[in-house]
Amino acid sequence: MQLRLDVHDRIDHMPGQHYVVRLTAEDGYTAQRSYSVASAPGDPLVELFVERLDDGEVSTHLTDVVEPGDELEVRGPIGGWFVWDGETPALLIAGGVGVVPFVAMLRHARAIGRADLLRIAVSSRTMAELPYTGELLDAGALIVLTREAHGIRPAGRLTAAELVPLWEPGQIAYVCGSASFAEAASQLLVGLGWPPSGIRVERFGPSG
Amino acid sequence: MPGPTRGFLGRRGDRDPRLPPGQYDVGGDWPVLTAEPTPRIAPETWSITVDGAVESPTSWTWDEAHRLPPSEYRGDIHCVTTWSKFDTRFGGVSVDTLLEAARPTADAHFVMATSRTGYTTNLSLEDVTGGKAWVVWEFDGKPLPVEHGGPVRLLVPHLYFWKSAKWISRLTLMNRDQPGFWEQNGYHDRGDPWRQQRYQGD
Repeated sequence: MQLRLDVHDRIDHMPGQHYVVRLTAEDGYTAQRSYSVASAPGDPLVELFVERLDDGEVSTHLTDVVEPGDELEVRGPIGGWFVWDGETPALLIAGGVGVVPFVAMLRHARAIGRADLLRIAVSSRTMAELPYTGELLDAGALIVLTREAHGIRPAGRLTAAELVPLWEPGQIAYVCGSASFAEAASQLLVGLGWPPSGIRVERFGPSG
Repeated sequence: MPGPTRGFLGRRGDRDPRLPPGQYDVGGDWPVLTAEPTPRIAPETWSITVDGAVESPTSWTWDEAHRLPPSEYRGDIHCVTTWSKFDTRFGGVSVDTLLEAARPTADAHFVMATSRTGYTTNLSLEDVTGGKAWVVWEFDGKPLPVEHGGPVRLLVPHLYFWKSAKWISRLTLMNRDQPGFWEQNGYHDRGDPWRQQRYQGD
C-alpha cells in the first residue's frame, strides 16, 4: 500500500533513503519500522510503500487503521549508503518489494531527464504481487517472474545471462530484496566479475 | 514528544523485560542485514590484527587465535532494525585477551573495527574491555555461518548489532573517535539499545 505523507519542514531525501514510522499507544508504548521512500525528492509529498504482513504490528496498523488526515510520527530521511546521486550509471536489481527504493531513483531520473542512466531488473513471484508494475514496464525494466511465465520467458529465477545485457560501463550495482534474494543476486554479480566494492546491498529483515 | 497515534493499541501484557524499548522478539530467526556481498573467507587465510595506538601490534592466524584461552557469551543480541534475539551462545576469544597482548597506549580511548570487506565501525575502548566484547567463530557450538559473519566476527552484544562487525580482520586503537561505515551514514556513534541510540542525535 502506498502511504503519501505531507511532511512538515522536510529535508529532501536522496533516492534510496528510508523513513522510520513510529506508532505510540495511549500508555506510551511505541513500535517503529523503516519504510523505503518511493517518491522522487521533487514530489511535494513523501510516498512510502508499506507491505502488509499479517502478523505485523506496524504494517497492519498502517494498512488497516490509518485514514487520510491522520497524523503520524515519522523520522527521516535516513541512510547515506544505499542512495543514488543522479549522475552515476546504475544497475538496479530488486526482489519483490525491494523495488521501492528503485522507484524513487527512477522517478528522480525521469524528473531530471536522466532515465538513460538506470538499468532495472526486478524479480517477483507473480506480476500481481509486484508493486509499481506499470512504471517499471514503461521504464523498460526486465521483469522476471519465478512462479509464472512472463511473455515468452518461462517461470524461473533471475540468471546471470539475463543481467549481462544490462551492463554499462561505470555502473554501480544496487541490490535490494529479502536476505536470500539479495545474497543470490549479489553473488550472480560477483560471478560475472563485478567488483564487490561496486555492489551496494540492502537486505530486508523481517519488519512489520 | 508527539501524542499517541490514533487507534494504535500496540501489543500488550506480556512484554519481555529483556526487550529494550522499540524492539521485538524475533524468536528462532536470525535475520541477515549486510550492506555488501557476502565474502567467502577460508579460515586458513583469515587473521586478526590489533594495531594503531598499541605498544605491541599483534596478529593471530586462525590456529593461533584458537590456542588463546576460550571465552563464551550467552545472552541476547539487538539489531537497530528493531529485532532482538534471546539466549544466543557464541564462542571465541575475549577482546580483553587480544588487547592484553597488544597493550593499548595510555591515550588510546577508541577502537575502529575493520572487516575483510572494508566495513568499519567505531567503538569506545570502554565498550570492548572488561568482558563486554568477543571475537567469535562459533554459534550454538557450531562454526559461525558465513552470512552471519563467519568464519569470524566481532561480538559486542550490549550495543546494537551493527557494532558487531562481520568478517572481522582488524582492531585499530585510536586516540580520538572517528565514525565508521554506518556512523558516517547517519547512525549513532555508540548505539546503546537501552537508550535507543539508533541515529546521530539520539
